[in-house]
Amino acid sequence: MRRQVGIVDRVHGPVVEARECQSGMMMELVHVGEAGLVGEIIKLSGNRGVIQVYEDTTGLAPGQPVYGTGMPLSVQLGPGLLGRIYDGIQRPLVDLKERMGTFISRGEQIPALNGDALFSFTPITTLDERVSGGTVIGTVPEGERMIHRIMVPPGLSGKILFIADAGSYRAADEIALLEDDTGRKHSLTMIQHWPIRQARPVRRRLQLSRPLVTGQRVIDTLFPLAKGGTVAIPGGFGTGKTMTQHAVAKWCDADVIIYIGCGERGNEMTDVLREFPLLVDPRSGTSLMDRTILIANTSNMPVSAREASIYTGASLAEYYRDQGYHVAVMADSTSRWAEALRELSGRMEEMPAEEGFPAYLPTRIAQFYERAGAMETLSGYEGSVSIIGAVSPPGGDFSEPVTQHTKRFVRCFWALDRQLANARHYPAIGWLESYSEYIDDLEAYWKEQGQGGWISHRRTILDLLQREVRLLQVVKLVGPDALPDSQRFILEVCSLFKRAFLQQDAFDEVDRFTSIEKQANMLKLLLQYWDMGSRAISRGATVIQLRRMKVVQELMKMKFRSDDNWDSLEGKLQRAFDRLELLYEES
Amino acid sequence: MKNPDAALMKYREYLGIDGIDGPLVVVRKTHPVGFRELAEIRDQSGTIRLGQVLDTSRDAVLLQMFHDTSGLTLPSSRVRFLGEPLTVGVTREMLGRVFNGLGQPIDGGPRPVGVREADVNGLPVNPTARVYPRNYIQTGVSVIDGMNTLIRGQKLPIFSGSGLPHNELAVQITRQAQTAEGNDNFAVIFAAMGVKHDVARYVIRSFEESGVMDRVALFLSLAGDPSIERLITPRAALTAAEYLAYDQGMHVLVLMTDMSNYCESLREISTVRGEIPSRKGYPGYLYSDLAELYERSGMVETSEGSITQLPMLTMPNDDISHPIPDLTGYITEGQIVFDRELHGRNIYPPVAALPSLSRLMKDGIGEKMTRGDHPHLAGQLFSSYSYVKDIRNLASVIGEEELTPIDKTYMEFGSFFEGSFVKQRMDENRTMEQTLELGWEALRILPVEELHRMSEEELETYL
Ligand SMILES: Nc1ncnc2c1ncn2[C@@H]1O[C@H](COP(=O)(O)OP(=O)(O)O)[C@@H](O)[C@H]1O
Ligand SMILES: [Mg+2]
Repeated sequence: MRRQVGIVDRVHGPVVEARECQSGMMMELVHVGEAGLVGEIIKLSGNRGVIQVYEDTTGLAPGQPVYGTGMPLSVQLGPGLLGRIYDGIQRPLVDLKERMGTFISRGEQIPALNGDALFSFTPITTLDERVSGGTVIGTVPEGERMIHRIMVPPGLSGKILFIADAGSYRAADEIALLEDDTGRKHSLTMIQHWPIRQARPVRRRLQLSRPLVTGQRVIDTLFPLAKGGTVAIPGGFGTGKTMTQHAVAKWCDADVIIYIGCGERGNEMTDVLREFPLLVDPRSGTSLMDRTILIANTSNMPVSAREASIYTGASLAEYYRDQGYHVAVMADSTSRWAEALRELSGRMEEMPAEEGFPAYLPTRIAQFYERAGAMETLSGYEGSVSIIGAVSPPGGDFSEPVTQHTKRFVRCFWALDRQLANARHYPAIGWLESYSEYIDDLEAYWKEQGQGGWISHRRTILDLLQREVRLLQVVKLVGPDALPDSQRFILEVCSLFKRAFLQQDAFDEVDRFTSIEKQANMLKLLLQYWDMGSRAISRGATVIQLRRMKVVQELMKMKFRSDDNWDSLEGKLQRAFDRLELLYEES
Repeated sequence: MKNPDAALMKYREYLGIDGIDGPLVVVRKTHPVGFRELAEIRDQSGTIRLGQVLDTSRDAVLLQMFHDTSGLTLPSSRVRFLGEPLTVGVTREMLGRVFNGLGQPIDGGPRPVGVREADVNGLPVNPTARVYPRNYIQTGVSVIDGMNTLIRGQKLPIFSGSGLPHNELAVQITRQAQTAEGNDNFAVIFAAMGVKHDVARYVIRSFEESGVMDRVALFLSLAGDPSIERLITPRAALTAAEYLAYDQGMHVLVLMTDMSNYCESLREISTVRGEIPSRKGYPGYLYSDLAELYERSGMVETSEGSITQLPMLTMPNDDISHPIPDLTGYITEGQIVFDRELHGRNIYPPVAALPSLSRLMKDGIGEKMTRGDHPHLAGQLFSSYSYVKDIRNLASVIGEEELTPIDKTYMEFGSFFEGSFVKQRMDENRTMEQTLELGWEALRILPVEELHRMSEEELETYL
């Protein structure tokens, strides 16, 4: 039976006003008009309601009915999410294509999870056991590598009256029956629903202590992100936000990747769909697509579903976190989400704050990033959600509201630099403006890896890069010849460091991923060159001599080496300086 | 979605309208009218003006007219709502024809009988139905082929300035474009928004001269035409392009000029509606609106065809951070940026190498596509040329004579790069081989230690 909760009264774009809305609930999921467009009640006042519609409203007219569903806009959670691609309100795009062809038309409802797929269920709980929200009652394998843990939904607790035997079941089959303290019985399946705008509950937040290893040198060594941490990647168009997000999605050591294409290009999603299945995850040996869920609400898809897309993504992430996994969420781009907020707010004729954005923009940004964290889950596991948000500042100017507010709520900042991008220095993460507040949290990890020198090496090279800036200012005025060789050598080392270490070719089979150990070794060798070189200069060597050393070419190419024969390179460096010493001591 | 009685309602006519404000018209007491429905207003003389529904409620319907509203009166205007959005009849017969900005023929011929009527607003392509574009187009222009390679199905705009030769470059690309698989199933769509008559004339003449006029469809909303019509022009043009590419399997090149005029029309409407502006008075939805146009390019699984877009825009005050080029750059797959200073030095095409970018190039060049050394060669040219820019700044302070010998070599490299690699004649059609060889000729000016992007083997083979 359809329950009518209103009548369309006014349509302007994605915002619909309705009358006779007494029975509608705030945040209720509704179907609007004869075509049943998906919408959400976002405002109620008197008997009038405002509905945000997630599909194109062309043709919708006053007088058409609005039907309620009795529940808030929710995601469907269960086995079979991995490897798939959804739109901003979790409609499966491949199924939509099969149903409607190349173009996305409207009013089509397809469940997110494929109802026919069979999963091999292993029960964990036993009859009469007391369970509560988060208790794992069984597991199913999902794909080749994941154990999907079937949990009691948050908020429910009671006694197990029935638990299915091991065997094959569809996700929607009953696998357990639970009786709560009031005596009410609840049938449990592998599927649960969760309202997207609400964070899933956990036992407690944990201190962050492990890095999200990305294999990207400028990130892991200079500006690392912790598992459970938050980072913003601001940058003008073409500076490398998407490439950085893709690189992290491919190579980071998370268990699950949620990639949200929020108001960006269709082809970029196609690119992921084409490339990820072909790439092999070095840790599990299976395809990278097996650990990835894509949310695609591209720039030409309805703007209100764009607004919802990041919450859909965050909810999926929390669900895998609750199973004890480390999840990384990429949102490209949070600015497009903020613009969707602005557009909807404008249509509702709300009072704007800065640059037309609603006054609640900072609150919403904070709420989103708050969903990140390392947590002890309701089941007692440790899991984490890391959020990596791209920001697209108008004109590449970081002083605009979205960048500025985001900066307040993230603890890591990978600032993309236009000059670097133009010179095709990739990744164009600028070392002067970027920062990470996770250094202290992660020190212990590097020590465990046998790389206790990391903090001090990192500081040394950042310090050299700072000094380079000041020296370059001098050079700009008087030319490099005016500097003494000891200072010119700083310029030399920085330029070597940029080419040999910071620049990383995302398209090179070897260079695209660098292990922590290799990063540490590369940095150590470069700093040895700096140490020995400075000493040599103080004893009479010249910058030209140092620059012409054959071993410099080897340092430059070490990123392309796949062996780990670092001692021999170190020996070579030492011998080269010994030979050099003979030279300048003669003269 | 149609209203239940839409079929009948389109015959119902209302006498009298309730308000006119610039291009906006208010009509009260109508039947329930659908959002974005097309409406016709007939004045006393019988002239018909078209508009579409921007806002519809029980009490009033707000129309945005595509024609000039001057001369309309409140009591004697007659309004009809047509029950569906603006459509164009799409057919192969559109080729060789000239249309106005709303897709109506203006060449004296009859309205082509459409195979079907297609909503000009189009629908979003399902990202899973797209095919990632990878086949490069040889344009014969070195700075594009070598460093910003154009890919079939790409949207690559030209960021120009007033008085700079973007039309010339667009025409040259159209004339010279070639792909490895040959060229016989192609079409060109030209959408002109607010450009002067002689510009349209120049472009049309060049099509005539190269004998391709029967493969071209023109959608013209020239400077003298009502500015609001321009909001439809690219939509009508892209609707035709989608039919030709995705239904007919043709390779369609869409030239759109000048996107800045389009954006100004959008701002005009937004201002009259009293919407809260974001930057420089442009509406907050400028990004989404432009994306609705630019995303109508690419390739799809169900067709052999493709839509390649070459939009052109003039950067107000040559400012690339202005909202129009800025938002365009955020949507398109790269950009070709013009530089007034190069133009002043008589370098054609005046393409500023560093801010220009082709995002799809990375997957369309290299071994088996263009040539194995191409990716590194392009990277090296970018990197060395960016150093030239630094040196020039230094030279302007300390004087060229004071430069170190190596920096002087870079200056020499810079002049060769601009004067021989970038610069070429408007009728000069270089092969990919020639372009890459010119690139190496430039690099040979520099000492080999400076070529850190090239591999040993590449240096051995080509240096
Ligand atoms: N790490 C990288 N390695 C190689 N090329 C890169 C890298 N980062 C960016 N690029 C180049 O820059 C272009 C634009 O990058 P993209 O990430 O799409 O920019 P944004 O998302 O900031 O607009 C890419 O198409 C690619 O050519
Ligand atoms: Mg991007």
